[in-house]
Amino acid sequence: MNASIKFYQTGTFTVGNRLLSPEQRSVQASLERSNAINSGHRACQGCGEALGARYAVDAAMRAVNGQLIAANATGCLEVFSTPYPETSWQLPWIHSLFGNAAAVGTGIAAALKVKGRQDVRVIAQGGDGGTTDIGFGCLSGMFERNDDVLYLCYDNEAYMNTGVQRSSATPHAARTNTTMPVGPEPGAPFGQGKKLPLIAMAHEIPYVATATVADLHDLENKVERAMSMHGARYLHVLVPCPLGWGADSADTIKLARLARETGIFPVLEAERGEVTAVSKIRRRIPVEEYLRLQKRFAHLFGKPGHPEMVAAIQAEADRNICRFKLLDKTEAV
Amino acid sequence: MDKPFAITLDPGSSLANKTGSWRTMRPVYVDRLPPCNAQCPAGEDIQGWLYHAESGDYETAWRQLVRDNPFPAIMGRVCYHTCESVCNRGKLDEPVGINSVERFLGDEAITRGWRFEPPAADSGKRVLVVGAGPSGMSAAYHLRRLGHRVTVYEAGPLMGGMMRFGIPQYRLPRDVLDAEMQRIVDLGAEVRLNSKVKRIEEMMAEFDAAFLAVGAHIGKRAFIPAKDGSRILDAVSVLRSMEGEEKPMLGRRVVVYGGGNTAIDVARTARRLGATEAIIVYRRTREKMPAHDFEVEEALQEGVMVKWLSTIKQQGADGDAGALTIEKMELDEKGFPQPTGEFETLEADSLVLALGQDVDLSLLDGVPGLELKDGVVQVDPATMMAGRAGLFAGGDMVPAERNVTVAVGHGKKAARHIDAWLRGTRYAPPPKHELASFERLNTWYYSDAPKTMRPQLDLARRTGSFDEVQGGLTEDNALFEARRCLSCGNCFECDNCYGVCPDNAVIKLGPGQRFQFNYDYCKGCGICVAECPCGAIEMVAEEV
Ligand SMILES: Cc1cc2nc3c(=O)[nH]c(=O)nc-3n(C[C@H](O)[C@H](O)[C@H](O)COP(=O)(O)OP(=O)(O)OC[C@H]3O[C@@H](n4cnc5c(N)ncnc54)[C@H](O)[C@@H]3O)c2cc1C
Ligand SMILES: Cc1ncc(C[n+]2csc(CCOP(=O)(O)OP(=O)(O)O)c2C)c(N)n1
Ligand code: SF4
Ligand SMILES: [Mg+2]
Repeated sequence: MNASIKFYQTGTFTVGNRLLSPEQRSVQASLERSNAINSGHRACQGCGEALGARYAVDAAMRAVNGQLIAANATGCLEVFSTPYPETSWQLPWIHSLFGNAAAVGTGIAAALKVKGRQDVRVIAQGGDGGTTDIGFGCLSGMFERNDDVLYLCYDNEAYMNTGVQRSSATPHAARTNTTMPVGPEPGAPFGQGKKLPLIAMAHEIPYVATATVADLHDLENKVERAMSMHGARYLHVLVPCPLGWGADSADTIKLARLARETGIFPVLEAERGEVTAVSKIRRRIPVEEYLRLQKRFAHLFGKPGHPEMVAAIQAEADRNICRFKLLDKTEAV
Repeated sequence: MDKPFAITLDPGSSLANKTGSWRTMRPVYVDRLPPCNAQCPAGEDIQGWLYHAESGDYETAWRQLVRDNPFPAIMGRVCYHTCESVCNRGKLDEPVGINSVERFLGDEAITRGWRFEPPAADSGKRVLVVGAGPSGMSAAYHLRRLGHRVTVYEAGPLMGGMMRFGIPQYRLPRDVLDAEMQRIVDLGAEVRLNSKVKRIEEMMAEFDAAFLAVGAHIGKRAFIPAKDGSRILDAVSVLRSMEGEEKPMLGRRVVVYGGGNTAIDVARTARRLGATEAIIVYRRTREKMPAHDFEVEEALQEGVMVKWLSTIKQQGADGDAGALTIEKMELDEKGFPQPTGEFETLEADSLVLALGQDVDLSLLDGVPGLELKDGVVQVDPATMMAGRAGLFAGGDMVPAERNVTVAVGHGKKAARHIDAWLRGTRYAPPPKHELASFERLNTWYYSDAPKTMRPQLDLARRTGSFDEVQGGLTEDNALFEARRCLSCGNCFECDNCYGVCPDNAVIKLGPGQRFQFNYDYCKGCGICVAECPCGAIEMVAEEV
């Protein structure tokens, strides 16, 4: 069979593919996937975080033959998975505080080193609040010391577990319970917030990447690549939240896809501070198509609406497209 | 207590928490009807056989195909493939080359000598089939498979009907036709050649049922005033004589009158017989021509000329037996051609009329209860049974589009109803699934892949010989083409639902077994439905 043939079954975007050899298929397609987060968890219908965490941890489990320990910050992921005495986790898993998952990860890695267990690897994970805000000091320290931990941030763009408050990863103009859609500049203020992947890159650690739940193959490849390295590594995964975003539960993956295809969420990979690869946009679309599906942006539309804010968000997407070269050369920006 | 410090309870699994109780809607797997299947006049399960071809299992694909149509190699050459015009992939880039893959499978079967599975147990019933064209032979095949004894009476010296005595060899090589006809004989259908049925009613006593498929072979005439010695022929006779020893004498300048596919075939045949000029005279414009445009295009490439908006008024004007008087036409507002009173003269060694065909209904004389209208036999379109009990008919002799695929479809349908009729029951076709419309697909998951073109014979060789014009696909290309199919409305086991469920509520049953929902944990979010590429899952309201 011709290996260069590229179309749906082999150049596939789907999870699996009956025509590929098993080792070429995604971890999620496999009957042997570890299902790191088991059924019965209490995440909302269509939770992107539950999905993103299973994608990432299952891939990490496969990469290290199941020899994995996780530290987990307080947040939805911890709360919905582990109401004592029940847990969904099917790997050694330690609940840290809201702000110190990176430090706990560092500690586990240090203990394993002392014990001479080179075979066991460590991940630390948390939400965007636990990562970009309260946990930022611990995380930056982990990066700076180049501790042997993969940190996974599941970015649902607000403090969802406590009822949707703004974080420094909340997008501009989005409604949260602390950025209400009132006044002349409704929603989360423009000119604030931080881009943690870029800050992580500034630490010049071995590996930094972003991914979404819409592109499983890409996400799994990145986890696998990260687990093949040692030292501090960071993966930032966009995980839509139907409840906090005011979106249909069926649209979780679609929203992640649109975030990438609009340029709003650049999907890239960097080593030692240099971008090494970006996911190109396949079918470019205006941000409006993405925003309209989410009630947290509802005040931008309708009467009178805020076309200037939509334009400002479009400009942010366009800037990403230019800055990270998200379009193929043939397409004009 | 041997628990660690400060621990009083065992860790329990969240599996105890049946989150399925949250659900108000539930996903269910469905099969939807792909548009290609819905369109196919022979009722082929196109998506179904492409599925097997995709994995390179051509024999299974062929077997799936011949469940409905025993002539893949013929279809892959002469079928007008309306399936491709409705193919959902056409809305993405270009339709799947269904017809070329079908031909590939048919040719593979001939090369590798695949045979039909033996028929079901003998029913003891005898069925008469009249006419060994596509319709009759399709019926014979399906009746044989159902275990009936079949005798085919054929007036002509060979099997194939219009596929042999109409369709020229450069479109359908005779070894291909022979191979697919013979396979039905090998299945145990008895074919009596040179056996014309004169009175069907007289034969009905010998058989339990009969299927008539005598086609339409009488060339229609037009009244054209002509001088003695002028050569006026009809297209069907010309094409039929191509199959005999004596090739027709058409001369160097041949004029063909008519605008259908038959006109095109005659003109192209004339070119191959050595005519320096083959000119089609047609009343209307190219857009209005009933012939398929791809055939017009091929004919033009081969040097066939067409006089659009023209009629023939007279032959032999001014004492010149070869002179044709042509009148220019123009289209009125309604698109009908109207005479202009402008004339010209065209020199021709022969004039071939290709104005359509009538059915020879003489064998039906004396059959009670029959209804004949517009020169064809009326049948119940649901069963193909004519006014007389036990007498069924199909193909060109009944009211329908006249082409091979429709004829084959009639044969199949009639066979099923004859079978039921012989058993004293009624055949109830399985209920049709809902259409797998383009809107149901999530096309994000299919990568771009343009259609593979079939090679064509060089022009120089085309006009000089009767070699087949259209080539076949290589295996690589056929595989590529099959894999372009989107599998509209039917699970192709891409694992998307299994992967995208945040609650692991999809159970993967393994190759060929598809998937199952675990409703204990499915919360009804609907992501699997949204992300199913081919639209094979549906949300339904949960009963409360
Ligand atoms: C020139 C030409 C080109 C065509 N090209 C195409 C094409 O490319 N694609 C396509 O789909 N269709 C094409 N068609 C149409 C197609 O050939 C017919 O629609 C089709 O063959 C009809 O099948 P049938 O079985 O009803 O009849 P036929 O194919 O006409 O077969 C009827 C058979 O019955 C026999 N018969 C007749 N009377 C008796 C009797 N009393 N007793 C015993 N036997 C009898 C005849 O000898 C004949 O063999 C073409 C037609 C013509 C004329
Ligand atoms: C020190 C401290 N402050 C506040 C809280 C309350 N708290 C628990 S989870 C959470 C928000 C979590 O947000 P994020 O990290 O984005 O995770 P998400 O729930 O959105 O997945 C807060 C504020 C806490 N547990 N500890
Ligand atoms: S894509 Fe495949 S199933 Fe869909 S219409 Fe085309 S051939 Fe049929
Ligand atoms: Mg969050």
